[in-house]
Amino acid sequence: MSLTVGLHHFLVLSAILFSLGLYAVVTKRNAVTVLMGVELILNAANLNFIAFGRFLDTDLDGQIFSVFVIVTAAAAAAVALAIVLNLYERIKTVNLDEADSLAG
Amino acid sequence: MNIPFYDILFYVFAALIVSSAAVMVFSRNVIYSAVGLLFAFFGVAAIYVLLGADFVAVAQILIYVGGILVLLIFGVMLSQKVTSVDIKNGAVQIVPAILVVGGVLFILIRVLLSTPWGAASGRNIQDVDLTAAVEPTTQQIGRLLMTEYLIPFEIVSVLLLGALIGAAFIARKDA
Amino acid sequence: MPAFISFLTITEFTIFGLPEDISNLIFMVLGAAIFCGVSAVMALLGVYLERKISAKMQDRLGPMEVGSHGILQTLADAVKLLLKEDIVPAAADKTLHFIAPVMIFAATLAAFAVLQFSEGIVFSDLNVGIFYIIAISSFVVIAIILAGWSSNNKWSLLGGMRAAAQIVSFEIPASLAVMVVVMSVGSLNLGDIIDAQEGSMFSWMIFRFFPFNFIAFIVFFVASLAELNRAPFDMPEAESEIVAGFATEYSGFKWSCFFLAEYANMFLVSVVITTLFLGGWRSPFGDFLNSQPFQLFWLLSKAFVIIFIQMWLRWTLPRVRVDQLMYTSWKVLTPFAFVAMIGVGLLMIL
Repeated sequence: MSLTVGLHHFLVLSAILFSLGLYAVVTKRNAVTVLMGVELILNAANLNFIAFGRFLDTDLDGQIFSVFVIVTAAAAAAVALAIVLNLYERIKTVNLDEADSLAG
Repeated sequence: MNIPFYDILFYVFAALIVSSAAVMVFSRNVIYSAVGLLFAFFGVAAIYVLLGADFVAVAQILIYVGGILVLLIFGVMLSQKVTSVDIKNGAVQIVPAILVVGGVLFILIRVLLSTPWGAASGRNIQDVDLTAAVEPTTQQIGRLLMTEYLIPFEIVSVLLLGALIGAAFIARKDA
Repeated sequence: MPAFISFLTITEFTIFGLPEDISNLIFMVLGAAIFCGVSAVMALLGVYLERKISAKMQDRLGPMEVGSHGILQTLADAVKLLLKEDIVPAAADKTLHFIAPVMIFAATLAAFAVLQFSEGIVFSDLNVGIFYIIAISSFVVIAIILAGWSSNNKWSLLGGMRAAAQIVSFEIPASLAVMVVVMSVGSLNLGDIIDAQEGSMFSWMIFRFFPFNFIAFIVFFVASLAELNRAPFDMPEAESEIVAGFATEYSGFKWSCFFLAEYANMFLVSVVITTLFLGGWRSPFGDFLNSQPFQLFWLLSKAFVIIFIQMWLRWTLPRVRVDQLMYTSWKVLTPFAFVAMIGVGLLMIL
């Protein structure tokens, strides 16, 4: 892979971002931090869309997709945080390990 | 002497994104994670600009930094018992996570680097000149949203309406 | 470089015969430094004006000692603040405490990059100009929350969260009012918006599509007052209520950063209002007195009229309560902004 920037550089960047987000979702115990990891994953996907749009597309399909992804991510974050706040009201903590009353 | 500004800018912003995301993921303080996420969002917006997507870059800053991040920080602050600056946020099962995520990263990079992108439609990705002038995208995006992508646009509007009502309803106190 | 990041130079020459790339880079850095200087000077001027205007309204003299008629007073204040001891509370989060004033000043300065001060004098003629300004002002919210949080002080935290809620709520009518103008012009580019107001005073945006653009002007003016945390919407820094709000634990240079950022932001908002609604640097008499130095004069005079009105409102009206503030944003300004938008849309088609 050369040093001059090409499509592969953007793809590798988004892969790294994706795996960092995945690590946050898998490992972290605070519900809000898991949400932040999800946002990172969505950003990685967006980056992929726009990079492919620039290199492979003639019109702006990739960018339209990203606009929709951004908007959907906003809606998801809003509802998820509302749920997290509701959870906090009930069990007085946002540690996901302690939200296990439906398990077993 | 031809300084490759584009490449230097790309590497600078890529370093910013990866380091901020690393701060976000590995920090034990939730507020530091949020600040790391903030700089990651800015870095991604800068990369969008480098790819010629000016409208999407500014929309990213407006929605992600001005909306989602504020929401996340409010969520952090409203879900703590005491107002201290010390919010601990540990990680569990680190070693299996590193193995799995490392495996995912390896597979992703192998696939991304070895696939012949654009071969099916006959476009050569080496032909694209990244430093060439790109025409502004706002008008085109508006036109596409109203013609080709009208149905997804309307569906997303209804989705936002539902999210708005749902979030406001779920988060209210039962009083 | 992508063409929408272009730096319009007055003259095209290279420095000492250096290759064009490096010369452009040096121009950009110099231009950025000049704009930083301009905004800092405007902030200092704003502080002086505020003190003099408030003094006249309260039937007293204001600063008179330092310099003739107190014109060097702000400079003396700035020097004093620079030399003051920088106190950081022991239990405060040092990194965030340091970053917050830097972020708020960076956000304000970044927005100056797209303003047109005269024909062709613009640092970066972005095609999404006005959208960029709206996006950057939403960055201020995070800085204020971090400032309130990092001080480890419940008054700071309360002030910070109130300020954030206020700014986020008022962003909506402000953005809608801006969209009304963008609809009338058909472009997000600030240069196009100024070009569309060509002609005499009666082709300014504020008089077109009457009365809807006028409603948009009022909505944007009130909403931007709230976004600046200026009275009558200055709940977050209400001196009589929660000490200094989110800036309570800041002293010396960092406090002056908040203070100057507020005035620089005030100047920024005034120039944006002038550009969107009052014709920017165009002279009100059409082509008479429309040459380059006069254009700067017209822009500055219109901006200072708006600043005067903002200061006038501060020293005349009492403070609005937090729930009245939210009521104003959601139930008064947003419906009016929607009405203006629909009205302009209808008038454009009919």
